[in-house]
Amino acid sequence: MNFLNFLISGISLGSIYAIIALGYTMVYGIAKMLNFAHGDVIMVGAYICFFAASSFGLPPALGILAAIAVCTVLGMVVERLAYKPLRQAPSLAVLITAIGVSYFLQNSALLLWSSTPKMFPAFFVLKETAADGKETVRNSLQLFDGRLTISFVTIVTIVTCLVIMAGLTMFISHTKMGKAMRACSEDKGAAQLMGINVDGTISMTFAIGSGLAAVAGVLLCSAYPTLVPTTGSMPGIKAFTAAVFGGIGSIPGAFLGGLLLGVIETFAKAYISMQLSDAIVFAVLIIVLLVKPAGLLGRQIREKV
Amino acid sequence: MKKKFLSILLALTLVLSLAACGGDSGSGNGGDSGSQTSGDTAGGDSTGDSGTAPSGAAFKLGGTGPLTGPVAVYGLAARNGAQIAVDEINAEKGAVQFELNYQDDTHDAEKAVNAYNNLKDWGMQLSLGSVTSKPCEATAVMNFEDRVFALTPSASSLATTEGKDNVFQMCFTDPGQGAKSAEYIATQNLGAKIAVIWKNDDVYSTGIYNTFKEEAAKQGLEIVSDTTFNDSNATDFSVQLTDAQSKGADLVFLPMYYDVAALIFVQANTMGYAPKWFGVDGMDGILSVDGFDTSLAEGVMLLTPFSADADDERTKNFVTEYQSRHGEIPNQFAADAYDCVYAYKQALEAAGATPDMDAATLCDLMMEQFTSMTFEGLTGDGAGITWESTGAVSKSPKGMVIQNGAYVGMD
Repeated sequence: MNFLNFLISGISLGSIYAIIALGYTMVYGIAKMLNFAHGDVIMVGAYICFFAASSFGLPPALGILAAIAVCTVLGMVVERLAYKPLRQAPSLAVLITAIGVSYFLQNSALLLWSSTPKMFPAFFVLKETAADGKETVRNSLQLFDGRLTISFVTIVTIVTCLVIMAGLTMFISHTKMGKAMRACSEDKGAAQLMGINVDGTISMTFAIGSGLAAVAGVLLCSAYPTLVPTTGSMPGIKAFTAAVFGGIGSIPGAFLGGLLLGVIETFAKAYISMQLSDAIVFAVLIIVLLVKPAGLLGRQIREKV
Repeated sequence: MKKKFLSILLALTLVLSLAACGGDSGSGNGGDSGSQTSGDTAGGDSTGDSGTAPSGAAFKLGGTGPLTGPVAVYGLAARNGAQIAVDEINAEKGAVQFELNYQDDTHDAEKAVNAYNNLKDWGMQLSLGSVTSKPCEATAVMNFEDRVFALTPSASSLATTEGKDNVFQMCFTDPGQGAKSAEYIATQNLGAKIAVIWKNDDVYSTGIYNTFKEEAAKQGLEIVSDTTFNDSNATDFSVQLTDAQSKGADLVFLPMYYDVAALIFVQANTMGYAPKWFGVDGMDGILSVDGFDTSLAEGVMLLTPFSADADDERTKNFVTEYQSRHGEIPNQFAADAYDCVYAYKQALEAAGATPDMDAATLCDLMMEQFTSMTFEGLTGDGAGITWESTGAVSKSPKGMVIQNGAYVGMD
């Protein structure tokens, strides 16, 4: 039964990695840059939702919408101010800029919201009124006499992850904007010649990626509720790893990579060594990249040099 | 080409994740919400009363601590506690008066050294070291080289005092805390099957864990579950908690800081696991986490040298004064810092020191006094507090438990 418990918490952690990884992978696939500030957009999303719920007393759904709205705008603004001027610059310059933006967001959050940890409110709970009028708050499903516990956050996370996955795949393959994105990803110059607004498309990509980051932030903090300005950085790095693992640029790859990373991490902690769990995760990544350099589902593109 | 690019990326990821581990969460130097004065002027606390300013010559007392950053709770408490003691002493207008200067180090060793240098430029004669262990290990080296006596309120690692004859501690050492906790659990019969969750990349947590394990074996406590985590995976504790639960642990020992402990309480609650929790001084502060459901921390036990609900006159006065100034119950960091200032007063008076002496002369006098005197303060019990020549303190801990959202003495 422990095995199932570990599997479920691995999948839950992995789903969060997957949603974050989707943001990395989309931006990489289309703009060919690594947006290391992505993890910090997650943190901003979580803070917005936290304040919407705790200071303004908004219901969770509105809080999440507010977080998505703010993060979408933030993503577009960051893209416009920090990345667009560097479109023609070498990729290393863009990478460093992204790291700079990441630190900028973290430090701004420190300044604005201070570093005192905040406890994220529990959104996904079930209030039950018993026959005697006593109200109990349940936050998990107990199966098999309590030997298997699945928290509601886990269920919501996994479902959200699947919905986002499906939605994005539909969007990319069936809408006009999706086609434009794929065209940009293939060849920016050619796409522009075909009348596609490349800047608009990239901006849109950032908007979608950052909106997803807000969702990821809320889910991350619902499952692991300590919120500090550095909350997003570690999951961000792990999710980037997941994106590379699954094949950066590939949307199903990000999903698969995220899930596998979460499950491997949890199993390594449970069955091999707690102290070495991260080392094991990265070792698996290195082995996969040695065998399949483009990642699990990445496309091997032959470049003419 | 692509392969090369990816391998560079991978290397970068590794470097970044390492940086994230070593850099701690305090990598930002951003300020607090701005409501805190940084205490950079002598006794410049905005809430200080008229007795703040020393009349005539005063000893320059400096210290560094995290006034902002992830563990600002500790630094602010220490500064506030020390400030109250300084104000009280100056109000007496006796021979010994102090000017207090607390500098922010954001729990970062490098910033602590800069802060220390600022204090030296200011003319610090006596030092309160640093509040947290990692920065204090760095500033203690400076204290030793510059021959400026240091008495840290709360930096508990062994390395803080090791090999430095003029650095003393007001708090228990980490190994001391581990051993005392195991002893306390055994003598009070708090649990038979113990689980430990500790942080393997942190000197503080590892130090406590090692001696706890040793002492638990001596005391006949059975550690059934021994699990760990580090900075990069300090989010998901399902594996650790499942392990403890399935092995039937009825008490979980948590040698860690409160921010992570809060996460553990929430996750254990979701799992429906409710053992007894036992923490150490890092657990102090859990009640001040924004939005934390304090009912989750109900029944959490911790070993601290100070209990705010003690009924002796001095503790009562201190708690009242602290509450009226800062609107919260002081924790042990505040009490330790308060005691530091009074210990200095006692030592300075006994040595007949005057404020015109230089730091090195004072250092020799203090080393002599601190190894020979017995001090009675807010922390410890009636037997008083003494120091060994290594700088380690000897005093008795008190067991505390969280009840109805407040700390209450266990005995």
